[in-house]
Amino acid sequence: MAPTKIRIGCGAGFSDDRIPPGVEIVEKGDLDYLAMECLAERTIARETLDRTKDPTKGYTPVLLDRMEAIFPPALKRNIKIVTNMGAANPMGAARAVRKHANDWGCPDYVCAVVQGDEVTDIMRAHPELALMEDGTPLESLLPRMASANAYLGADVVAKGFSTGAELVITGRVADPALFLGPMLHAFGWSYDDYDKLGNGTLAGHLLECSGQLTGGCFADPGKKEVEDLAGLGYPLCDVWADGRVEVSKTPGSGGRLDIATCTEQLLYEMHDPSAYITPDCVLDASNVTFRQVEKDRVAFSGAQGKPRTATYKVVVGYFDGYMGSGEMGFAGYNAVARAKLGIEVVKERLRRRGFTYEEMRIDLIGMNSLHGNNADLTPEPYEVRLRIAARTPDKKAAEAVGAEVRSLHMQGPTGAGGGINFGAKQILAVKSVLIPREWVKPEIVMERAA
Amino acid sequence: MSVRVYDLAHARAGDKGNTSNISVTAYNDEAWQVLHRELTPDRVLAHFRHLTPGPIRRYELPQLRALNFVLENALGGGVTRSLAIDPHGKSLSALMLTIDLPGHNE
Repeated sequence: MAPTKIRIGCGAGFSDDRIPPGVEIVEKGDLDYLAMECLAERTIARETLDRTKDPTKGYTPVLLDRMEAIFPPALKRNIKIVTNMGAANPMGAARAVRKHANDWGCPDYVCAVVQGDEVTDIMRAHPELALMEDGTPLESLLPRMASANAYLGADVVAKGFSTGAELVITGRVADPALFLGPMLHAFGWSYDDYDKLGNGTLAGHLLECSGQLTGGCFADPGKKEVEDLAGLGYPLCDVWADGRVEVSKTPGSGGRLDIATCTEQLLYEMHDPSAYITPDCVLDASNVTFRQVEKDRVAFSGAQGKPRTATYKVVVGYFDGYMGSGEMGFAGYNAVARAKLGIEVVKERLRRRGFTYEEMRIDLIGMNSLHGNNADLTPEPYEVRLRIAARTPDKKAAEAVGAEVRSLHMQGPTGAGGGINFGAKQILAVKSVLIPREWVKPEIVMERAA
Repeated sequence: MSVRVYDLAHARAGDKGNTSNISVTAYNDEAWQVLHRELTPDRVLAHFRHLTPGPIRRYELPQLRALNFVLENALGGGVTRSLAIDPHGKSLSALMLTIDLPGHNE
């Protein structure tokens, strides 16, 4: 019989999110489901690279640490888990977990894997697709393409659970779909239950960034206080079969969950609130209201789902050269002038070595590095750090940036301290295209003990 | 007499590609009236001009006393290729709060 209410917790909101609050919500949250969102726009490109080097890899690197801490207590409490930590290799992730599960005290469980989000072949077959960023054809990126993944919806997550799985591992799935999926599965909602889809999608949107709903990214001492921020708890939602939702957080945990934190998270990474496009529906959140039910518990209403679009969004990862960077610190009298001299010296040394850069960025940390202020109009601080970062297709030129900055210790202005050479990093950039849904063939594959 | 957005509202910044969005939520109805009237897209663009040529769009959610600003081309080419120390522009919420607005009685 279908339940009248389920409770879904968030166990992670980005790939390296803190693990202890994830364990805490499993142990104290009285959950039915746990969703862990661990893929940013470009992380899957990096993981696709890992897979090309080692076909057993390509899942989120922190997978085993996270699962070792969270899977045993979840399984013990009959909490079902869905996570996109499969990244570029969901089956590889499932096998890696299975390999260790016995040692973790989880000898027996069913795991479903969602495949089919990877669409690199489709991209190669359709160089004419227009990039969403600037309308130009995809073609120019193809020689440098590292990955291409479609954002799948909640239907595949629900299908994963319908196999009886306790663990559903996916690659690229839209973040809110990790939460909507268990609702579709538990309640049998369909894709024309627009009110329910709207509520479920909004619940997922609110929860997907873990502590950002519960007082993270919020405290401003003396102005906006957050109780026990150090002990910040992760959020959960109670969802009723009729589509009603209340959000709350781990009982006894730190943080705060109220209309202010919910409003900030509602608009987080949202553009037009009346048309938030997900693979499951177009969410109109422009009339949403929140109501504080009790301390750390908020109900919402007014989320309106509209029919899903005929397309999937695909994020294409591609190589875009290298970035080199370094920092050096100065303090005391004339610190800013010495930092500025250091900048000129590094630029000139790079120039005389014959290196050129597509773009170079100079920051005076403490004056203009975050908000881009005009340093000439900023009061001089006691301490300042210079930072130089540059992008170039030439790896050697990129490596030279941080090396020259660090050399200022011995061959720069007086009193240069605390230098760091961050080395050269390969840049994996992303752009997006839309493709017709029917081009993508998601499938559920059971992972079984060998 | 001018009033700081910081004293009227709290803010959060998010990123998608090369676009930053910054929500501004008023602490009370009186503050909302000022924000709604004075925190125009033009005023925000003037404050962020050194970071983006625009465009900037403003969405209104009066029932939440919130404005959502969408700043295109504001993230140095996008999170993945920006050279900025804060490629996500997470700190830009605090820049929004440094805007001064004409006060209540002007």
